[in-house]
Amino acid sequence: MRRFFTGILTFSMLLTGCVNSSIRTQSRLEVIKSRDSLICGVSGKIPGFSFLNSNGSYQGLDVDICKAFAAAFLGNPNKVQFRPLTAPERFTAIRTGEIDLLSRNTTFNLSRDSSKGNGLIFAPIIFHDGQGLMVKKSSNLNSLYELAGKSICVGSGTTTEQNINDAFEEKSLPYTPIKYQDLNQVVAGYLQGRCAAMTSDRSQLAAARSGFRNPKAHIILDDVLSKEPLAPASAGGDQLLSDAMRWVIFALFTAEEKGITQSNINQKLEIAKNNPQMKPLRRFLGVEGDLGEKLGLPNDFVIKVISSTGNYGEMYNRHLGPNSKVPIPRGLNKIHNSGGLHFAPPFN
Amino acid sequence: MKISYKATTQILIALIVISIICILINNLTVNLIKTGLGFSFGWLFRPASFALAEHPLPYSPSDSYAWALFIGWLNSLKVIFYSLLLATLIGTCVGLFRVGKNVLLRLVSAGYIAIIRQTPLLLQLMFWYFVAILGIKGTIASPIGSVLSISNQGINLLGIKLSAEFTSLLLGLSVFTSAYIAEVVRGGINSVDKGQWESFRSLGLKDSTGLYKIIIPQALPAILPGLTSQYLNLAKNSTLAIAVGYSDIYAINDTIINQTGRPIEGFIILLLSFLFLNLIISNGMEYLNTAIIRSSNPY
Repeated sequence: MRRFFTGILTFSMLLTGCVNSSIRTQSRLEVIKSRDSLICGVSGKIPGFSFLNSNGSYQGLDVDICKAFAAAFLGNPNKVQFRPLTAPERFTAIRTGEIDLLSRNTTFNLSRDSSKGNGLIFAPIIFHDGQGLMVKKSSNLNSLYELAGKSICVGSGTTTEQNINDAFEEKSLPYTPIKYQDLNQVVAGYLQGRCAAMTSDRSQLAAARSGFRNPKAHIILDDVLSKEPLAPASAGGDQLLSDAMRWVIFALFTAEEKGITQSNINQKLEIAKNNPQMKPLRRFLGVEGDLGEKLGLPNDFVIKVISSTGNYGEMYNRHLGPNSKVPIPRGLNKIHNSGGLHFAPPFN
Repeated sequence: MKISYKATTQILIALIVISIICILINNLTVNLIKTGLGFSFGWLFRPASFALAEHPLPYSPSDSYAWALFIGWLNSLKVIFYSLLLATLIGTCVGLFRVGKNVLLRLVSAGYIAIIRQTPLLLQLMFWYFVAILGIKGTIASPIGSVLSISNQGINLLGIKLSAEFTSLLLGLSVFTSAYIAEVVRGGINSVDKGQWESFRSLGLKDSTGLYKIIIPQALPAILPGLTSQYLNLAKNSTLAIAVGYSDIYAINDTIINQTGRPIEGFIILLLSFLFLNLIISNGMEYLNTAIIRSSNPY
């Protein structure tokens, strides 16, 4: 025992003073460019957002956002390495620099954004979600009140865990949280009957249900427990990267607003080139001005992005639209001029 | 000459080790400063605002993170303690069967050890939880009254309720560790000279009496060190609780890290609590060891 502590003491004394406080400050954007590839943290387990398809590549809205970043930063949407991360792993991964940015259905909130919290910087919200509850139709449970005293399966290390607690505590209802580390386990626990209900973001519930053997036997309750604005994020204190991310997403929104799509982008470019009076379009597509350069990106980054992934609406329809495997009504996720919440400031 | 050569190598190795650790610490500090975070434990006293399914002491979401961690530590301690007892019981039995005369028991126990030791613990835990416990349809009740009833919500034994998560972790850890303990026990018994068996038999003692009175006391000094390391492994393996939804200290720490954004402080606390726990176990075993050696060598 004494030898053990003497050992520790000697060791720690030897280590004192080996801290070197010189700090390199290079933007992660430069790192990405010199590596010529973007390392993007995703979930990998949510159909419609990020999921491995049958030929072994990732697909989904979150994945397309990564591809849009790669197209803007490196000129090629395929220069992305995807890192599947669990909810508890994701912030450590970004802080330690294992990944460049996070596009993993992450809720934007104060604690995560603040420099004294998780210290992230969030890009604009790409999906407005809310937390919900899913129950078996046969259980005849219809509201939060009827779940009092029951077990609820929840993923640990998520805002979900806190929201479910807030919802029940506010109404002074007792409940038992059964916490699992990832969504697949939450689903397994729920399907095996450990819990009366499972809770997650409503989009994730819909996605999970799409994979059930009998999706119609499960209903998502009308109770919406929280606002869950999902947004990509990067490490705090790096304005170059966070600005670039922000404006790539605004470009996706603006392109939808202006009706610029993957298929007509070249025509639009011709129109812009031939009509010097169409200033906003020319600036947006980088025909004139230096908007791209101001972000540390090529001036034609918008063209690169739209020609490789399409605009926001095209992405949405591909993965979450009515004909996709995980149809989710667009609702709040429409562009502002169609009645939704997605709004981009001007490209001036 | 020889001494100075030895000293130089030692100093060289020490320098290499220290510089590696220096690089790691430097890396950590630089990155912490870069993200604008210093070291701080103030968050420990803020309310946790998450609920826990199991808590041996009163707990509510408005209690502090520190209290939540302590509850997690108690939950860990609880499952480690009972698994330790159960694993020792099963392990000793299987170990004895393995050296016994009954051929059937010998084969069965050899098979048991082989299967358990050659599959990963995580897989076994998943099996116990998702297949064995959650797979139960309805309730299996014991024939005599309300002694024991098992359902996919857990076990009810004489009015004591054990959750499905606790039960599967208990079974998984005990069964896994018991296979290793069985081998330790077998090794200990085989280390006793064969002549000891022959001599107590020639005195007319039954095998069971001889085993208890002659063989085991001599085997114990060989068994205990092996047993200690199995106990320590069990304690550390209990962190796999997170895979089956049991709120041990690791799982709770995981949630806390996510809410507070303080992974380094969180892991330091985790590290210290396990160090403390394992020091208790190893010191307890050392005490037992000394006591046994003293009692078997009265001179």
